[in-house]
Amino acid sequence: MADRSMVPGRGLLRDLRRLALFMVKRILALFLTVVVGVYLTILVANMGGKVDELRRIQIESTVAEEVRANPDFNDMSSQERNEMINERVQLEVDRLNLDEPFIWRSFDYLNQAIWLNLGRAEQMSSDRGSRDVYDIIGERLPATILLFGTANLLIFFSSVFIALRLSRRYGSPADRAVIGLAPTSAAPAWFYGIFLILFFAFIAPILPAGGMVDVPPPQGMAAYGLSVLKHMVLPVLAMFMSQIFISIYSWRTFFLIHSSEDYVEMARAKGLPEGRVERRYILRPTLAPIVTSFLLMLIGLWSGAIILESVFNWPGLGTLLFEAIGHRDTPVIIGGVVIFAYLLALTVFILDILYAILDPRVRVGPE
Amino acid sequence: MNRWAEGLYQLRQYPSAIAGALLILLLVLLSLYTVITIPYSQAIEQWRGGEVWERNPVNAGPVWADRLTGGNLPATQTVKTDESAISSKDFNGGRRVSMPLTFDYDADGFPSELNVFLSAEYEETAPFVRLTWRTPDGRTIPLGNHQITGDRRISISQDWDLQRRLDALPHVGLFADEPAAQPAQREVQKGTYGLQVDAILFEDDAELDAELVVYGQVHGLAGTDHQRRSLLLALLWGTPIALAFGLLATVGTTVTTLVIAAVGVWYRGWVDAVIQRLTEVNMILPLLPILVMVGTLYSTSIWIMLGVVILLGIFSAGIKMYRAMLLPIREAPYIEAARSYGASNSRIVMRYMIPRVLPVLIPNFVTLIPTFVFLEASLALLGLGDPSLPTWGKILNDAQDQSALYHGFFYWVLEPAVLLMLTGLGFAMLGFALDRVFNPRLRSI
Repeated sequence: MADRSMVPGRGLLRDLRRLALFMVKRILALFLTVVVGVYLTILVANMGGKVDELRRIQIESTVAEEVRANPDFNDMSSQERNEMINERVQLEVDRLNLDEPFIWRSFDYLNQAIWLNLGRAEQMSSDRGSRDVYDIIGERLPATILLFGTANLLIFFSSVFIALRLSRRYGSPADRAVIGLAPTSAAPAWFYGIFLILFFAFIAPILPAGGMVDVPPPQGMAAYGLSVLKHMVLPVLAMFMSQIFISIYSWRTFFLIHSSEDYVEMARAKGLPEGRVERRYILRPTLAPIVTSFLLMLIGLWSGAIILESVFNWPGLGTLLFEAIGHRDTPVIIGGVVIFAYLLALTVFILDILYAILDPRVRVGPE
Repeated sequence: MNRWAEGLYQLRQYPSAIAGALLILLLVLLSLYTVITIPYSQAIEQWRGGEVWERNPVNAGPVWADRLTGGNLPATQTVKTDESAISSKDFNGGRRVSMPLTFDYDADGFPSELNVFLSAEYEETAPFVRLTWRTPDGRTIPLGNHQITGDRRISISQDWDLQRRLDALPHVGLFADEPAAQPAQREVQKGTYGLQVDAILFEDDAELDAELVVYGQVHGLAGTDHQRRSLLLALLWGTPIALAFGLLATVGTTVTTLVIAAVGVWYRGWVDAVIQRLTEVNMILPLLPILVMVGTLYSTSIWIMLGVVILLGIFSAGIKMYRAMLLPIREAPYIEAARSYGASNSRIVMRYMIPRVLPVLIPNFVTLIPTFVFLEASLALLGLGDPSLPTWGKILNDAQDQSALYHGFFYWVLEPAVLLMLTGLGFAMLGFALDRVFNPRLRSI
């Protein structure tokens, strides 16, 4: 300790070096997990190659239909026509690389997926008409981030804030009410969503039942923003209702445990103001677990997005994935899951860095 | 053992635990009742829809909801031939039979549909039937003539000619008091109605059976859906399915996760490392997208879904939590004692390490069950429910597809939702109370 205080520069440098080493290690480990996860996804999505067979049959029937429906080919003999069909099928098969064995294509898929080179969609296109999976997903991602970001930040900050207040008034009616209401979080957000739609869109029609903006979209930034805001109220409220009580409950318990630590009692005994005790003596040492649980909550909500988005018809990543599965559009499915995996990995990585910064034990580590 | 008894004793002091346990008991009893009274094969068969339900109205709400709000909407009435009222007269080459089907109608609303089911038994020449409607105020309205071959359903509500004559939907026009009034101003006429079935049977031993169904606007305890199926069936059968899915998935995931965590902690080294890395990979795999993928590409069978849920749940984040709990136990003196007298590895893991963390696990276990119940409902809501099973999520999915909320069929959404909510609340309330009893960290507070 004495050594460090005398040469502060060296200590900081050592910390930074350790942090960098730690980060490189974590990035490598996370990258490897992403690779394995994405490859598993590709295996599942391709049904071990069966999707390609199905697709080949589909191509054959589409091409045959096209050739038969085209009046230009009406005077061809059936043999000529069959040759033409075969030729066109082969062309399409070549275009999609369907004649290579699946295992090779799976590595090809993996390689491209890892570099976010997500290829072209087979059936779907983005609203602007692009067939690039990257564009299709890029168009939907902001909607998901907007909705889930808003809801999560709202839930997180209000629950930590309320929990801090409640932990001070342990056993009060408000505290008991929260404990009593905590089990309502057993129901997921879409469940509350259905009720909210019922009440606020049908019984008392004051808010839209789904979608992201009015149809047609209003002109002007302010009007557009207001319309999006109006459409966000119900889904955000649904997430809020399903998460808030359990969140407050667990934070309250957490703060209660930590506010009975000796050093907190000591600070109180010294007569420090309550706000300072909360900030410096309760919140600071517990920051690492708080951040962890925030990011873990994010991870949990990423995957919950599909259902809430499809209940509210919100044009985000979840709805996209569901539509892609309906169209059997393998590149979009893989692209969507890859993006999900990257988002999760990114979340875990941020968690690691924050942990390293917040928790001195990780920073100093064993020599 | 003492600790468990003490825990149970403490549990009795939590009203929420009692309420939760009662709710669970209620659901279990309901499941038992369902499984015993409606055999599985019968439930599946009936839920497929079709003729079984042809005497049910379409989209009728539950009776009690209407009566509670002071309404008096009609329930379905089935009028059969009264044997004593049949008059029969022979003539050359056949028999003239007259069957009056009379019934009292005193509901406040019009029926939702009107069908006559006729079945004839004959050798060669099919009987001929003339239908006449009689209102309480004595008017008669001819409903047409029909040749009855075998079993026949005469859909009076879809008689376009009659609709034109009445200037209203037939089931409204036939029950209206003022035939000349505007369609919107017509009101129900209460009293005794009659459907006169005059038949000519051309053979001596020919038989004719007639049945009039006056479909109501409300039906039974739970109402019906767009395919006339009684929702009660799916609500009842949804209970054991939901409980079984929740329980199996929870047991499958928690038990395997716990065992794997304990094995990793005990053996350390590469076993532990592999388990840790697998857990990290699994954390990155998005559960729901994968389930949706499996559901659309492979099969939506509930067993496959259950299998995938368990597979993906084995290396869940829970492993990290159990690891943290098991690490100090590994170093406990009693484990060292067991090792010194030569207990095998599996004995130490299964008999000495795992039982120690069970009390902490139980509350977790109970609160996990509704998560999986809702997961099953979520999948069904996305249209990935098991195609043959009647489940709560399936009802919600049908309601969503048919825009039930938009059309005002609130019961269709609310009934399964309330059952889901009760299940969720029951297990969560019990689980939270258990958590406070068995979790030593919380007990001091």
